[in-house]
Amino acid sequence: MGGVLLLKSERILMQGNEAMARGLVENGCVVATSYPGTPASEILSSVMAWQKAEGLEMHVEWAINEKVALEIAYAGSQSGLRAAVAMKQVGLNVASDPLLSAAYLGVTGGFIVISADDPGPHSSQTEQDSRMLAMLAKIPCLDPDSPAQAKEFTALAFELSEAFQVPVLLRPTTRVCHACQDILPGSVKNLERKADFRKDPTRWAATPNFRYRLHLELNRKLADIAAYGPTAPRLLNPGAKSDKAVVASGVAAAHAREILANLGLWDELPLFQVVQPYPLHESFARDILDNHEEILVLEETAGVIEMQLRNRGTVRGKLSGTVPEAGELLPELIEGILADFAGRSFSPVSRPAASGGRRPTLCPGCPHRASFYAIKKAAPKGIYPSDIGCYTLGLNLGGVDTVLCMGASVSQAAGFHQSYRISGEQRDVVATIGDSTFFHSGIPPLIDAVSQGARFVLVILDNSTTAMTGNQPTPAMPLPGKVPVPIARVVEGCGVRFCKTGDPLNLAEFKRLVDEAVQFARNEGVAVVIAKSPCLVDRNRPRTQRRQAEVTDACSGCRVCTNQFECPALVYDEDSKKVTVDLLTCSGCGVCIDVCPSRSIRRREEER
Amino acid sequence: MISQQLILSGVGGQGILFITRLLAETAIAKGLPVMTSETHGMAQRGGIVISHLKVGSFSSPLVQPGRAAGLIALKPGNAPLHRHFLNGSGWIGVNASPSPEGAGDVPTFSVPADAIALEMKAPRSVNLIVLGRVIAEPGLLFCSLEDVSLVLEKKLASKPSLLQSSLEALRAGAVYAKREGC
Repeated sequence: MGGVLLLKSERILMQGNEAMARGLVENGCVVATSYPGTPASEILSSVMAWQKAEGLEMHVEWAINEKVALEIAYAGSQSGLRAAVAMKQVGLNVASDPLLSAAYLGVTGGFIVISADDPGPHSSQTEQDSRMLAMLAKIPCLDPDSPAQAKEFTALAFELSEAFQVPVLLRPTTRVCHACQDILPGSVKNLERKADFRKDPTRWAATPNFRYRLHLELNRKLADIAAYGPTAPRLLNPGAKSDKAVVASGVAAAHAREILANLGLWDELPLFQVVQPYPLHESFARDILDNHEEILVLEETAGVIEMQLRNRGTVRGKLSGTVPEAGELLPELIEGILADFAGRSFSPVSRPAASGGRRPTLCPGCPHRASFYAIKKAAPKGIYPSDIGCYTLGLNLGGVDTVLCMGASVSQAAGFHQSYRISGEQRDVVATIGDSTFFHSGIPPLIDAVSQGARFVLVILDNSTTAMTGNQPTPAMPLPGKVPVPIARVVEGCGVRFCKTGDPLNLAEFKRLVDEAVQFARNEGVAVVIAKSPCLVDRNRPRTQRRQAEVTDACSGCRVCTNQFECPALVYDEDSKKVTVDLLTCSGCGVCIDVCPSRSIRRREEER
Repeated sequence: MISQQLILSGVGGQGILFITRLLAETAIAKGLPVMTSETHGMAQRGGIVISHLKVGSFSSPLVQPGRAAGLIALKPGNAPLHRHFLNGSGWIGVNASPSPEGAGDVPTFSVPADAIALEMKAPRSVNLIVLGRVIAEPGLLFCSLEDVSLVLEKKLASKPSLLQSSLEALRAGAVYAKREGC
């Protein structure tokens, strides 16, 4: 999109996430919420862009976390409006509480929950399959194979949701979200609906007795959904006839189409694409078992379709050990499995033995690097629980010992303190959490820690943005029409008695601040340091031009700056045994000047 | 119909996504269907970033090993890392001088893009310099320098100074190619 005026007759390059956003907007979605997380982050920012381009009246919100996001969107649906909430798969764990309950209560306006899975995983803690959560919640889910199909399925999902008054899970994977495709935008439907919440306490506030009846009703809905025509499996190559058949869903179906053609099997081996993996269409499950002697199921990441095909003797897939149960189903893997299934010979392309290359690292000039450096100096023998965000990369610097899930740094810091306390020991514990993650789920554990008398330092890495996922706003940001909520006020409100703010790029002073916090934590209780310095890659901020660093001849080659500070703009030269500055990447933050033990780094005279 | 599969690789921050989308939009401008696959998230923080680009009728967003016509590498170390994607007649376009080790008998078109970018005082133009180098080599890509320039002009119409420096970077790569040729 990129600000380009939209001509509706023109095919444009749409990322999967943009395509889903377009689908939501075209189909009359007027309440859309999200919490950012790779690979789902661009869905809501694209909804915002389409809303602006089309001049639509909508409520579009970056919520504080996925649970809140789902609840806000669900109220939109309860009011009769079409609503959607988008998140990554681990976000669905956070939102599962309201989702499972909403499945029983049902919906009024069409309600889509988009949960983007990340087989691989490329950028996640787990490879969990959101379709399993749809099974747990007893709601239908759709599994698109491409950006174009993901857009098509938003329309299908709204229709399905309203036909059965049930939330619908739309489950794209990374290869759908972050694929781009030429797509023709359609026109935007104005459904002319007004919020109209109909009171019905026996439903919307159902007590356990009514919940039992709602459960029976949900089971009846599911049986009907398993016979719903528009979401039935599609036979992609009707000409093919064989005793064998392939069943695939999601991007595995897209790979399989291309590979069957490459292997010369397109006219031979029937390929069924399952659009709705749960509930699997009852007649399809019966017929395919009756008509074929051997069935191969290709799906990511769990065997959801496979487990609903109730014949372990003829069905091959993850449960049978034919398809790997972990990792991404890459096309080269599928090619081998398909060739084997069809009894064809196949020689895989050999890959390079060593996968070298660079590991991800904090950006040159990133303020988090300075924060970790200060923390390690202040509490060199400390335990460092951390959290989810760019600063997870502090593990390269030895500044991160644990990463569990959003907000866990705070509760784990308390847990480590208490565990050592009952063992008769005191260990310094310094936890790190980003500003957005703190708002997401750091607040309840902070209140818990204070009230339970825990002692640790919490460094809130406040770069005034949600950096890792593409610089979405946090509640602390002063935005037009919004009320900013300052982090320090929240921290004080949690009962913390030591809360000080400093700029980590001012390293000497910041180190003193962390020292002071460590002392307070040893003797008194929870100390919070807010490390405030803006993200350097935040596109919403003007780039600052600072004079870059240079290394003088005095460099002793001790490598403290490359090994302990690990700035990618500092490069150790094996020939000269000295460090040089990569002028293509140095941001001119100047922190290395204070880090260098021999004081051999200074600012260049000339601005670049 | 024209059909071409490409791999573009570099490290986070070098602008792999930008040139992938630029080529994809060029395909659309030429009336061709296109699919790409991008790297987002943590890898964008300086780790290996790889894009798949498929011009023509395809259903899968990923290029299979052994099927790419070309590999555009913005770091010399990425050439040996991703060359297994190339088909038998595949080529490599790479930001390096001289050609990196490990290319073997694969036709390799290199350009010292880091040095050129610093010289042009445009450190973020490495991606377009390498693309310019490749595009100037006749018959490698599905599109021409003019095709790409037209799309750039449309894409960056609202940012004239960025457009100017981007076109200059593309041309700098192409000019280097011509110099190498004679």
